[in-house]
Amino acid sequence: MSNEKVVATDRRSPLKIALGLGSAHSGVHHWWVQRVTAAALVVLGIWFVILVLGLLGADYVTARSTLAQPWNALLMIAFVVAMFWHAALGLQVVIEDYVHTRWKEVFALVAVYFLAVLGALASVLAVLRIALTP
Amino acid sequence: MANMQRPLSPHIQIYRWQAQMVSSIVHRATGVALAIGSVVVVYGLLKLAGDEAGFNEFRSLVGSPIGMVLMLGWSWALFYHLCNGIRHLIQDGGAGYAITQFVRSSWLSAIGSVVLTAMVWAYILTVGGAA
Repeated sequence: MSNEKVVATDRRSPLKIALGLGSAHSGVHHWWVQRVTAAALVVLGIWFVILVLGLLGADYVTARSTLAQPWNALLMIAFVVAMFWHAALGLQVVIEDYVHTRWKEVFALVAVYFLAVLGALASVLAVLRIALTP
Repeated sequence: MANMQRPLSPHIQIYRWQAQMVSSIVHRATGVALAIGSVVVVYGLLKLAGDEAGFNEFRSLVGSPIGMVLMLGWSWALFYHLCNGIRHLIQDGGAGYAITQFVRSSWLSAIGSVVLTAMVWAYILTVGGAA
């Protein structure tokens, strides 16, 4: 296909093509962050499973001192942030696909993001408290 | 609102069930299930940040029969979403789109998730005893 033909059939303005943000005005941002958090969660998810398996039957003091280790505290914070971020992005797509009444859709989307941020903040606060108080 | 008199594209009940279609549906379903399961992670962390009695409460809740069944379900959901997620990341890189490869990798993530779940629970039941 010649270059001339592409210009003739593409109804978008040159600025729109250059910005590459599409009809939602956010481009591939949502898609890309979903993949980046997924890649992080491959590593952090396996680490989380190993940590939990190592703490099977552990009492309060053992579990707490294990999570208070700097690396464990750091990775746990990274895990919960990546998890809630990835979960919110995923649930957003599910809601956008299946909820066809506009006000219900907007309500569900806002509720998902409120709960995800609340969950992430609560988790980070808990890990900080475990890591910073003896 | 959309005009409902217009012809609609066939929905899932029209199609014969296939591995590649089930893998996509299950990926979404396990994703939603895991998002709900994140409540357990937050609850456990908050209890561990609190006092010993509260943490023991959490332990007995997770170790109860209903808790164990839920943990079995969530562990499989996690491993399925992990295996199939890696598959999707590889596909996002542009690989594995031939129909035979696509079907084979669908089965691979399903089998992989069951194997990983079985391994983890064999370890839990032999080494860990009752959680």
